[in-house]
Amino acid sequence: MAYILIFITAIFVNNIVLSQFLGICPFLGVSKKVQTALGMSAAVVFVLTLATIVTYLLQKYVLDAFGLGYLQTIAFILVIASLVQLVEIVLKKVSPALYQALGVFLPLITTNCCILGVAILVADGTYNAQGLEPNLLTGVIYAFSTALGFGLALILFAAIREQLALVNIPKGMQGMSIALIVAGLMAMAFMGFSGVDQGLANLFGL
Amino acid sequence: MKNFKILLNGIINENPTFVLLLGMCPTLGTTSSAINGMGMGLATMFVLICSNVVISALKNLIPDMVRIPAYVVIIASFVTLLQMVMQAYVPSLYKTLGIFIPLIVVNCILLGRAEAFASKNKPIPSFFDGLGIGLGFTMALTLLGMVREFLGTGKVFDLPVVPENYGMLIFVLAPGAFIALGYLIAIVNKLRKA
Amino acid sequence: MKKLQSSLVNMVLSLTLIVAVATGILAYVNQLTAGPIAEANKKALNDALKEVLVEGSQAGEPETYEMDGVSYKIYKADKDGQFAGAAVESSENGFGGALTVLVGFDKEGNIINYSVLNHAETPGLGSKSTFWFKKGEKGDITGKNPGTKALTVSKDGGEVEAITASTITSRAFLKAVNNAYAAYSGQHVDTSSGASQQKKEASAQVTTTNQ
Repeated sequence: MAYILIFITAIFVNNIVLSQFLGICPFLGVSKKVQTALGMSAAVVFVLTLATIVTYLLQKYVLDAFGLGYLQTIAFILVIASLVQLVEIVLKKVSPALYQALGVFLPLITTNCCILGVAILVADGTYNAQGLEPNLLTGVIYAFSTALGFGLALILFAAIREQLALVNIPKGMQGMSIALIVAGLMAMAFMGFSGVDQGLANLFGL
Repeated sequence: MKNFKILLNGIINENPTFVLLLGMCPTLGTTSSAINGMGMGLATMFVLICSNVVISALKNLIPDMVRIPAYVVIIASFVTLLQMVMQAYVPSLYKTLGIFIPLIVVNCILLGRAEAFASKNKPIPSFFDGLGIGLGFTMALTLLGMVREFLGTGKVFDLPVVPENYGMLIFVLAPGAFIALGYLIAIVNKLRKA
Repeated sequence: MKKLQSSLVNMVLSLTLIVAVATGILAYVNQLTAGPIAEANKKALNDALKEVLVEGSQAGEPETYEMDGVSYKIYKADKDGQFAGAAVESSENGFGGALTVLVGFDKEGNIINYSVLNHAETPGLGSKSTFWFKKGEKGDITGKNPGTKALTVSKDGGEVEAITASTITSRAFLKAVNNAYAAYSGQHVDTSSGASQQKKEASAQVTTTNQ
């Protein structure tokens, strides 16, 4: 049951964008159309889950094993960048249709800070594992749910912005300004989920 | 004189937060108080100056096709350096800023300046560009931190200005970060047009 | 100097060189700062221990104590060769993640003071737990004994005032303190204070407050 709790908490309660402030750049940058938001979300779910597995193994069996913990940042960013390249090449060969849909977003993902951020949180075991031992399984569930949370926020935000394009907005507020205020209101709405995790924990008897 | 212009350009015309709209994650995530915002700004400025100078000094040694990975390695090294030094000498600030310190690596400002300025200029102008952009970023974060801390808790730099009960806590929380930055950008837009 | 061409040899050479130099410098700095980092961590712990233990007492090496599958670190204190209470490190899931608190007890199990070692609570709200429950503050828990009555917030029928708008953090904090006491009294069955008899009662109350 604790796994379900990790899942729900990462998506709604501690939403990576709206309460942890990671991945804001793509959140603000590729949220003008729902279609692109969907593509970006799918790419992030895919890469984030994969990157978490790879970086966790790297941390555990290379960095920790040889006492190279201080190289974490460099190693992770290089691995993530190469992984994204690799995914791009493989996708191009294996599934041209999927590549068509996700291809443009892949290079953008390298600088998406929620990838590196989640990778570091999982490798250090400092994420909210709901009382379970932080290991590869909980880490991957956490990463996958976090990415879904990112997707949810991004798609909702894009849908709102599509509507926003049709209304009259005071000149100074146009563009990023009104987008940020909308994001703020969304964050407020997501605050309504706070405490849900505790309630569920009690319900599950954890 | 030229260097001074580069410095001012970074602070005003190309202010990374209010004009270029880069590096939003730390801008929103670390500005729950003025002092935290300032700490994050200074940390970023340190890495930016160092990476700008080193990249512009090494630019001829780095072939074009591998320049991005090379820049990333240089930036990541300085970030790690900063992490270790902060952990040793300012552990409490390091703890507060947490994950946002290693995430300086993926701050678009750093790679952006490396690509747009340092790779085309000499080390000394690059130093001033780093200083200018860094100061611009620090000022923006401190300002946002001050606004949020004041509206949220009635304090500025931890000094009480109005009684705490008048604070609107929402500004210290996540939604307040987005809203306060949204309005600050609108104000800056207005001032720039005038 | 002319810019290097993007030939394979040049690319590999320059990247390898940069990575090698970077690694070398970092390894060197890592060695330099390893000492100060360890010292800073030790100092933080020592300061916390000094704050929460009986004045003038000396904390020994930590002992671990298992209770319900969770391990607690207990630092026993000595004053003039006499047992003078202990500090217990206890962790609980707060609002934003783990909330780790070091609680100091005297011989009788009364709370002397506490120190929050680690937290991920919301700044301005749950983060107030670092001082809210201290002496002279609104939610003062010093001098109370979780053995006589488990600490709970007033909303749950207890007598501790919760942090404004942060009931979840307050509950988690008090649960950590109650658990710390249970671990403390479980560890000291031999003390004459009767803490061992109270242990069962305390842990029973802890479980009821969880629901």
